[in-house]
Amino acid sequence: MPLPFDDDPKFTAYANPERLVSTQWLADHLGDEGLAVVESDEDVLLYETGHIPGAVKVDWHLDLNDAVTRDYVDAAGFAKLLGGKGITRDTTVVIYGDKNNWWAAYALWVFALFGHPDVRLLDGGRAKWVAEGREFTTDVPSPAAVDYPVVQREDGGVRAFKEDVLGFLGGQLVDVRSLPEYTGERTHMPDYPDEGALRGGHIPGAQSVPWARAANEDGTFRSRAELDAIYRQEKGLTPSEPVIAYCRIGERSAHSWFVLQHLLGFPNVRNYDGSWTEWGNSVRVPIARGTEPGDVPAP
Amino acid sequence: MTDTSDLTAALGGIVDDFNALTTADRLQLLLEFSTGLPELPERYAAHPELLEGVPECQSPIFLIVEVDGAGPDAPVHLFFSAPAEAPTTRGFAGILHEGLNGLTAADVLAVPNDISDRLGLAEAISPLRLRGMAGMLGRIKRQVREKSGI
Repeated sequence: MPLPFDDDPKFTAYANPERLVSTQWLADHLGDEGLAVVESDEDVLLYETGHIPGAVKVDWHLDLNDAVTRDYVDAAGFAKLLGGKGITRDTTVVIYGDKNNWWAAYALWVFALFGHPDVRLLDGGRAKWVAEGREFTTDVPSPAAVDYPVVQREDGGVRAFKEDVLGFLGGQLVDVRSLPEYTGERTHMPDYPDEGALRGGHIPGAQSVPWARAANEDGTFRSRAELDAIYRQEKGLTPSEPVIAYCRIGERSAHSWFVLQHLLGFPNVRNYDGSWTEWGNSVRVPIARGTEPGDVPAP
Repeated sequence: MTDTSDLTAALGGIVDDFNALTTADRLQLLLEFSTGLPELPERYAAHPELLEGVPECQSPIFLIVEVDGAGPDAPVHLFFSAPAEAPTTRGFAGILHEGLNGLTAADVLAVPNDISDRLGLAEAISPLRLRGMAGMLGRIKRQVREKSGI
């Protein structure tokens, strides 16, 4: 039995308001039957310093990625992970995290690969909960393991591979990295570790929309009108055509995927998780440099 | 047993402590190092521009090395600045502070560059995140070389 949706007036303008909850909604529903709260952060120790009471931790490196192949966990691995956290297929899952919900959105996207029915983001994430002086605890819950069904991962709907992108050149590509990464001035984020790309630049034809433009200073999502102004009016993106978003390893673009898919209601949005660490290391793929999307090579 | 024969007593003790724990408890120990990292003294807190950034880390961290005098026997002092919202990075800094602070310049330069791989943290926090600690050590050593003249 899913929990009621948050009828916060801010959310009603979004395409899928049922994908967001406010900090107040979460505070009101903590401990409810059928609710699981998941923290997913960039910093792997942040959960241990204190978390929302009852929240369990899911780490992208350790829990969501396959340890050997560059891929996500498989159906059995996902079932084991969620069952071990006390999450059933019917559980309402609310995910929150640091850095504007960057990794929380990434976790939500992986949940979407497995079609988990009811998974929501906490608008404003960890930072808003902190700013409002809400309760934190270092008590780590130990939920009783439950059965989560082994559901095959469906990569077709919301995930794009390099071959898909090669066949998509000329379509609506969105590069959500920082501008110096887009132009090719640098191959990784300022002040972040370099995961290694041999070439700098962007996929020809891709529009530059740095991911954090979708967030307010307090980490909440911008309003529907502001998001429309950025993605539709300024960048000319249209929901009538498919979109593929990418970044460096697919995490920042999962955040933009959430915005396009669930807040703006674009029906066909995929995240290219290979992103620049694959494209910028691939032999003979086309690359554009500079501030313009650049010429798309003839097929 | 992880080899500690080429480590100083303090660093060898830290490596032994981590490896004696379960993976989950290693995270807790890293958290203790994170909370135990000393605050910057006033002369640096008021002048953050004197500290060097470590872009290999996922979160912002800044460090500076002081060497008393010159030569291989000159004692080394380490100072770090990292926000509380970056506990992993603070934890790395805390380990390096406890393991290296007060050693001689020669001893700091002799610390093996793979020290971050010996803590048994790869499976607890992922190998990629450990790169930041190696980045810190590299910068510490470079500053020690420059300032000690050896």
